[in-house]
Amino acid sequence: MTTPPPVLAIRRAEKRFGAVHALKSVSLEAHRGQVLALLGDNGAGKSTLVKCISGVHALDEGEILLDGEAVAIHSPAAARRFGIETVYQDLALFDNLTPAQNFYCGREIAFPSWLPQGLRLLKGRAMDRQAAAVLDRLKVKLPRFDAPVALMSGGQRQAIAVARATVFARKVVILDEPTAALGVRESRKVLDLVAQLRAEGNAVILITHNMEHVIELADRAVVLRQGRKVGELKPTRANQQELVSMIVGAEA
Amino acid sequence: MGRTVVNVADERPDIAADAARERTSGGSALIALSLRLLSIGPLLILVLLAGTIGLLTPAFLTPGNLGNIVAQTAVIATVAIGQHLVILTRGIDLSVGANLALATVIGSLVFRQVDSAALVMAAMALSGALVGAVNGIAYVYGRLPHPFIITLATLSICRGLALELAVGHTTMRGMPEGIAALGRSTSFGLPSSFFVVAGVAALVLVMAKAMVWGRWIYAVGGQPEAAVQMGIPVKGVLVTTYVLSGLCAGIGAVILAGRTEAGSPLYGNLLELDTIAAVIIGGASFLGGRGHIGHALVGAVMIGVIRNALNLLGVDVFFQMIAIGLIIVLAVEADVLRNWLEARARVLQAARAP
Repeated sequence: MTTPPPVLAIRRAEKRFGAVHALKSVSLEAHRGQVLALLGDNGAGKSTLVKCISGVHALDEGEILLDGEAVAIHSPAAARRFGIETVYQDLALFDNLTPAQNFYCGREIAFPSWLPQGLRLLKGRAMDRQAAAVLDRLKVKLPRFDAPVALMSGGQRQAIAVARATVFARKVVILDEPTAALGVRESRKVLDLVAQLRAEGNAVILITHNMEHVIELADRAVVLRQGRKVGELKPTRANQQELVSMIVGAEA
Repeated sequence: MGRTVVNVADERPDIAADAARERTSGGSALIALSLRLLSIGPLLILVLLAGTIGLLTPAFLTPGNLGNIVAQTAVIATVAIGQHLVILTRGIDLSVGANLALATVIGSLVFRQVDSAALVMAAMALSGALVGAVNGIAYVYGRLPHPFIITLATLSICRGLALELAVGHTTMRGMPEGIAALGRSTSFGLPSSFFVVAGVAALVLVMAKAMVWGRWIYAVGGQPEAAVQMGIPVKGVLVTTYVLSGLCAGIGAVILAGRTEAGSPLYGNLLELDTIAAVIIGGASFLGGRGHIGHALVGAVMIGVIRNALNLLGVDVFFQMIAIGLIIVLAVEADVLRNWLEARARVLQAARAP
């Protein structure tokens, strides 16, 4: 019996910014239907690693494999074409547009196809309908569907950004501290959304500082410290302390 | 002891949340109403203004005078439509007035060679669009932090070029019959220039609202960094808005040259301020991404109405400038108020979510 290759695999990733050695031979794997928590203190290399996966930076050495095949991800657009969607902390939402307009911004459904994208006419109703269907499936409730997202709460905006990522992600969804700016109740809803993404078979990479969330959601956790992978384990209540020690580097 | 504390803690959020929901549903209805009022505010003010002036001076609401207002407003309205596209992207085009003057001079020069309305119109439109292209390309590819300086530079260059090129460095009389007729004739009781404005407005409306390109303009103005992340060709979008703004100045040049049957390097003085004022008074946001063509048109008409009414009432011309300045302050404050209300709405949303 052969197990399918991981949907995303990083092999011996190296990244330098001048004198700073940001990633030192980091390897990890993400599987469909699993949440992989990426842990580490500030400056540990989490963001650098994520930016290399999402095409913002290029690796100096090492390789990225998607479904077992090595790929070169040169730009954010290329990463999206490969089916990797990233939700950054700033969400990259357009405050002046409605949720559906946000969903499809830059990837509008439009016709006729023989014109360049910019000159095509928008299919507003098709986009509204499909965006509504996605939000419905993910059980995201919004006060109004036709209002600009400027009028929505932090949690609702986070949910919209995550839902947008799922529309186009075919392989991996990366969430960069999705609950950092949220209250308890709104965090709860976003965590439910992450669980939903996993249930639908997505590979989710979750960056967070919240140990409770890691233990609750993550199937595996990778810990980075000073650019090096210092541990990988299944987070549980029992090894929570060990996890924290790995992050801060204190051998208790 | 511990048990009671837990109970209280368990129950209290529910009660508090219910109370908050009661309060916030009233609050958010009020905010929604205020936001709605703000969005139709400029139109409402225009109607009230016209009604009041009509009561004060019977001469105001006569067909002849209204036709005058339309003819006088046509140039500001056309150029403001282009300015509004630029402001949507968080930009500004200070060169439109000088650009228009240069276009009328170039039109006059072409007219001295060939007496063809089509050719003269094409020359004016092309001249306007070219200046716009220079603005856009220098701003985007010159990596300038803001379009203010480059359009200020082209303002100076265009005005100087227009003065240099104009024969005798002053107004050149004469326009082809086709263009002059545009300024003179009326159809269905309205000046022909009205239909030019309506045509430009309809085209831009379709582009801005129905085309992908229009959606990109709003995206670039709403959140420039996000637009880059979402793969929108931000540079191309920016350049086209400046080209269109220049083209609108060129079309404005045709209208003005038609009405005066002349081209002049002195035309369009302070037109950039009038058009920016029109867009802002009309209710578009100076912070970008908010507003539509109706705002530019309402603002242009409001400026025309105020000038016309104060003339009819015999009020000093200096007071007109003060009045328009005061209205700009009101409009900008309304924009700030709108942002504040939206922030309030956001907080209430968070409190209300079950």
